[in-house]
Amino acid sequence: MGTTTQALSTRATDARAAEDFDRRDLDWYIDKLIAVIVFVCGISAVLFVLGIFFFVTKEGIGFVFEKMDFREFFLTPYWSPSDAEDPEYGILALMAGTASVTGLAMLVAVPFSLGAAIFIAEFATGKTREALKVLVELLAAIPSVVWGFIGLVIMNPLLIKWFDIPVGLCVLNAGVILGLMAAPIMTSIAEDALKAVPDRYREAAEAMGATRWQVIYKVVLPAAKNGLLGGVLLGVGRGFGETMAVLMATGHAVNIPGSIFDSVRALTATIAAELGEAVVGGEHYQVLFTIGIFLFLITFIINLSADLIVRGIRKG
Amino acid sequence: MVSSSAAAVAGDAVAPADPSRSKLEISNLSIRYGNTVALREVNLTVREHEIFGIIGPANAGKTSLLKAINRMDVFTSGMKVAGEIRFNGRDTSKLSNVYALRSRIGVVFPLPVGLPMTVYDNVALSPRLRGISDKAELDVIVQRCLTRAALWDEVKDRLHALGSLLSGGQQQRLTIARALSQEPDLLMLDEFSIAVDPVTTMRIEDVLKELRQEVTILLVTNLVQQARRLADRTAFFLNGECVEVGITEDLFTGEVKDQRTRDYVEGRFG
Repeated sequence: MGTTTQALSTRATDARAAEDFDRRDLDWYIDKLIAVIVFVCGISAVLFVLGIFFFVTKEGIGFVFEKMDFREFFLTPYWSPSDAEDPEYGILALMAGTASVTGLAMLVAVPFSLGAAIFIAEFATGKTREALKVLVELLAAIPSVVWGFIGLVIMNPLLIKWFDIPVGLCVLNAGVILGLMAAPIMTSIAEDALKAVPDRYREAAEAMGATRWQVIYKVVLPAAKNGLLGGVLLGVGRGFGETMAVLMATGHAVNIPGSIFDSVRALTATIAAELGEAVVGGEHYQVLFTIGIFLFLITFIINLSADLIVRGIRKG
Repeated sequence: MVSSSAAAVAGDAVAPADPSRSKLEISNLSIRYGNTVALREVNLTVREHEIFGIIGPANAGKTSLLKAINRMDVFTSGMKVAGEIRFNGRDTSKLSNVYALRSRIGVVFPLPVGLPMTVYDNVALSPRLRGISDKAELDVIVQRCLTRAALWDEVKDRLHALGSLLSGGQQQRLTIARALSQEPDLLMLDEFSIAVDPVTTMRIEDVLKELRQEVTILLVTNLVQQARRLADRTAFFLNGECVEVGITEDLFTGEVKDQRTRDYVEGRFG
């Protein structure tokens, strides 16, 4: 159809358009540049993690391969790295310190944050809900040294008075402090998990006459259990890696605790307290980095499993 | 199927529709969401053991009506209900335990809701909420309800698979089974066939015809012919107004009081 001239002009336009297909203009280059920048930012997280792992390993690996006695390292509670004649590097007591404090912290934080999350997600509405969410996030942002300060100055005398013990810096003190520190994060994640449960489940259960609590207990909590578990694991990871508050509130005494009123010392706090005085490259220095490798691996495993569990829930 | 308590409330449970007894009396019911009126001065009576159809285009206020009957208005913020709904003679706005009311009314939503638990647990949930914990008794209830909902044959070998993983049509029948497990006095279905294939729809319709012997059914449907197939009486809703209530067959044979009903039934609008 159409005349010859029309056909010709159409062909000319087509040719110009075809040329356009090969011309890279400024927008094209900007697009490529941004893509590269974003890509670098994106993988930088991976690079940093690998870099830190590499550095920590490099500093500690010499000890692991040359002098480390695995049995002594993991299974004896004697930690006296500054002994000039016969330094001892047993981290059993330090592991017991970290584990007891983290365990107690979870006993405090799990019920507390689960209750808070249920209230915020299921009962609170409108302004109350928004205000609570902001407050919980604010709580999560309190620096750990402030928590340590509270443990040292407020909890310590209180515990001495209430339980009639000589020193209030102990597993109980650090456990409660750490529990309160971990609770906001766990609350946030648990609340997200509860909110991710579709409302139609709640409506369906409510329509059949279930009470609010029955709906939560029978339908919402089971549906959200992966997210809740992930939240707890992240809390455990937080407790495990926390340093300053634990250093200040545990009493920092190498000791396998026999009761919650005993002072202990945590793995992290040991590194923080001793790294400054250890000779760079010396045996003590290397041992502290070995502890670092150990901590890194454990927090990595905890966080990875938390992540996998949370993802598993989303897929299901 | 009918428990002793349900029979006590429903009277003679196996009697055919008794026009002298009303299950649901709705008078001057208005529903507002903020400034939007969803339902305006609706009056109607649903008789015991009848299938009462409600037809009408979108935004007619049909779903709002069901919500109000089940007292689900409490959960919809801004939903204001005025007027009176009497269920078994009791004013539903003056109950001290709405959970008891809801447990007597089974609801099937437009989109199937398989709760994120096993098929078995989905159907056993309501009996468990009522306090039944005996395994054998639960087994009987689960099998009976799934059979009634025309789902038993398909799921009997995977009762312990997740209910939310069933196909859409199966989930809808699971929802119906769950509603039946409440041993309801009144079964309300809200456009249940939206997510169900035609064959399954027909099977469910057969089930509903049988259930009519035991339970009063309120059937909201967007399929005019479905109302014709099932309902004894039908109400036509339009823009929040109950235009007309009549014997279903009359509405379809042109014996209508309002021209708009005829137009809708004959497919001239909506």
